[in-house]
Amino acid sequence: MNKTSNKFRHLVWPLVSLALLLLFNAIFTDNFFKIEIKKQESAKPAVQTVVPDNLPAAAGEAAAQAEAAVQEVPEQAQTSAKDSKGVSIFGYYLYGTPIDILNQGAKVMVLAIGMTLVIATGGIDISVGAVMAIAGAIAALLISLLDAGKCPGAGMGPEFYWIIPILAALVLATVAGFWNGMLVAGFGIQPMVATLVLMVAGRGVAQLITDGQIITFDNPGLVFLCNGHALFLPFSVWIVITMYVIAGLLTRKTALGLFIESVGNNERASRYAGIEARRIKWLTYVICGFCAGVAGLLAASNIKCADSNNAGLYLELDAILATVIGGTSMAGGRFFLSGSLVGAILIQTLTTTMYMKNVSPAIVQVPKAMVVIIVCLLQSPVFRAKVLSIFASKAAKGGVQ
Amino acid sequence: MKKFKFPMRYVPISATILVFFVVYLIGIISFDNFGSPRVFLDLFTDNAYLGIAAIGTALVILTGGIDLSVGSIIAFTSILIAKMVSSGCNAMIAISLALAIGILFGMLQGWLIHCFSLPPFLVTLAGMFFIRGCGFIVSEESIGIKNDPVFSFIQNDLTIRLGKGLNLRFIVMLYLAVLLVAIFFSHRTRAGRSIYAIGDNELAATLMGIPVGRTKIMTYTIAGFCSALAGVVYAIYLKAGNPLNCVGLEMDAIAAVVIGGTLLTGGVGYVFGSLFGVLVLGLIQTLIIFDGRINSWWTRIIVGLLVLVFIFMQNLITKISKSKSKSH
Repeated sequence: MNKTSNKFRHLVWPLVSLALLLLFNAIFTDNFFKIEIKKQESAKPAVQTVVPDNLPAAAGEAAAQAEAAVQEVPEQAQTSAKDSKGVSIFGYYLYGTPIDILNQGAKVMVLAIGMTLVIATGGIDISVGAVMAIAGAIAALLISLLDAGKCPGAGMGPEFYWIIPILAALVLATVAGFWNGMLVAGFGIQPMVATLVLMVAGRGVAQLITDGQIITFDNPGLVFLCNGHALFLPFSVWIVITMYVIAGLLTRKTALGLFIESVGNNERASRYAGIEARRIKWLTYVICGFCAGVAGLLAASNIKCADSNNAGLYLELDAILATVIGGTSMAGGRFFLSGSLVGAILIQTLTTTMYMKNVSPAIVQVPKAMVVIIVCLLQSPVFRAKVLSIFASKAAKGGVQ
Repeated sequence: MKKFKFPMRYVPISATILVFFVVYLIGIISFDNFGSPRVFLDLFTDNAYLGIAAIGTALVILTGGIDLSVGSIIAFTSILIAKMVSSGCNAMIAISLALAIGILFGMLQGWLIHCFSLPPFLVTLAGMFFIRGCGFIVSEESIGIKNDPVFSFIQNDLTIRLGKGLNLRFIVMLYLAVLLVAIFFSHRTRAGRSIYAIGDNELAATLMGIPVGRTKIMTYTIAGFCSALAGVVYAIYLKAGNPLNCVGLEMDAIAAVVIGGTLLTGGVGYVFGSLFGVLVLGLIQTLIIFDGRINSWWTRIIVGLLVLVFIFMQNLITKISKSKSKSH
């Protein structure tokens, strides 16, 4: 085998699974691949306003918004007809199920980037769901305070002050990651246990921030994160691409990636080789916290509110699954950012396919679990060896006859 | 004269018991009637299902593994029993079937973990998704259990009345019985000791000729059984089943085990400790309900902090005992 095929070998199984899933959709789901070019409705970055009548059942949460949006369409369509004369090519965006999958999968993709780095050091972070809830809660609280004019910075006006809650959420999430890193790298507690603390307590903290309420907001800047479009694609997809490129450059164009893999392979040996193993591990948890913050903002932006109980619930599991499906070993020492993204897309495609087949969201978990076990089995060396030995023995028997 | 030395391995569990009594004392001082036997008994009644689930979790953690499917199995068994009973099936058959499914499911998870050396975390995670989805297939809505002879027999005739308003319910007796069996099993049988050996050092256990695979699969089977039994207790306790119940209960069970002095790396700890872990969780909840002013989300924060304190303490103890063994 040549080098290039080895380089992409980890992507084979997830890509094959994804291709099979897409093939299934191509045959059995109408209009699955239909992508339309839609016109941006209004000049200001606003809520996703266009919902075509032939919309193939959007994902659960979006459904309620879609209904509301459908009623608004005629009115806004008229205004946009007036504006449309001056609209450039950037005023257009793509619309369709594959784009929706990317948009809805953005949260898990962002989480998976951070999770991949943590798992590569041989660790795990099960607190990202709770950190998402904290990030969403602080953003929603601040934006509601700003809207009421009770917070410094309200003078900037609603067009600009949304930057404050975003920054605050990211800072708080990074601090949460720093805390996890401190427990793991600073005090030497096992990662699973150390992040369990924040996982248990984090949702309590988030509820403390929002005072147990579900805070809703409609600030255009915040809503734009997960509902707006830019350059043909949903804005969230651009966030994912930016973070992926930055993470890729950081890990593959500097020595950081090598250090991370080295620490994951053998921490003591890396330390003797002069690598600051502790600092590297700490850094990955900080990055993971930051990613969780971005995902938390996306989640809150998507439903225009901060729900401390349900924001990011079980998403840590999705992120870990995406990472493992992507070929990153849970034992650490090897990681594939691109694989994790494919894993996240695979999970979201599966979920969306189920929704489009009118499967209840609760039951979607059953096939998801089966896919996970199958992909894990396919990647397990023991399983492969067993299957191969069955084939080998059959071949041997055939040879005798 | 031999100086009395308190064995290091008893420190975490003593600390748990101490925490329990301190919290209980705080409750008695702060509130009237907190010390009444009824409150104490309710502590067991309300947490019997969590306690039974924690026993299974404790055994799995002792082998160095983890089981995340606990809450989902409880939800699944409770809704399965409720559905079968409400559609006219005999309750004993429904309960037996639920327990059998729990055992088989645990065995399947153990088999996948051992035979294909998949990480326990991932397998039980997929198991959690799978079995909760199955619960929703059985019924998407909560189902009540009404007028069933077996359930009313358990409710009325199997309750020991200790005094006015003081009822020792069947589920409490069942929990204590299961706990006693589990304590005996973990310390006085060959299989129980194998669990400790594997958790301490799997390679060494293999080299010593301990049947690692069989023991591991057995442990996950027991955990599946405990979760299913907890589901049965939950159905008896609530007289209903709901596929949405017990989301995240596995984390409460793990927290109870950790607070009960068991090391999450495996090999160190006592099943007995999970009793006090569960009681401490229950006490904190009761305290917050008694107070009425504190919001219930403080429970999560306090539990998280307690877990942190116990983890720090265990880390310290491990380090001290390591440095001692070096100096010898």
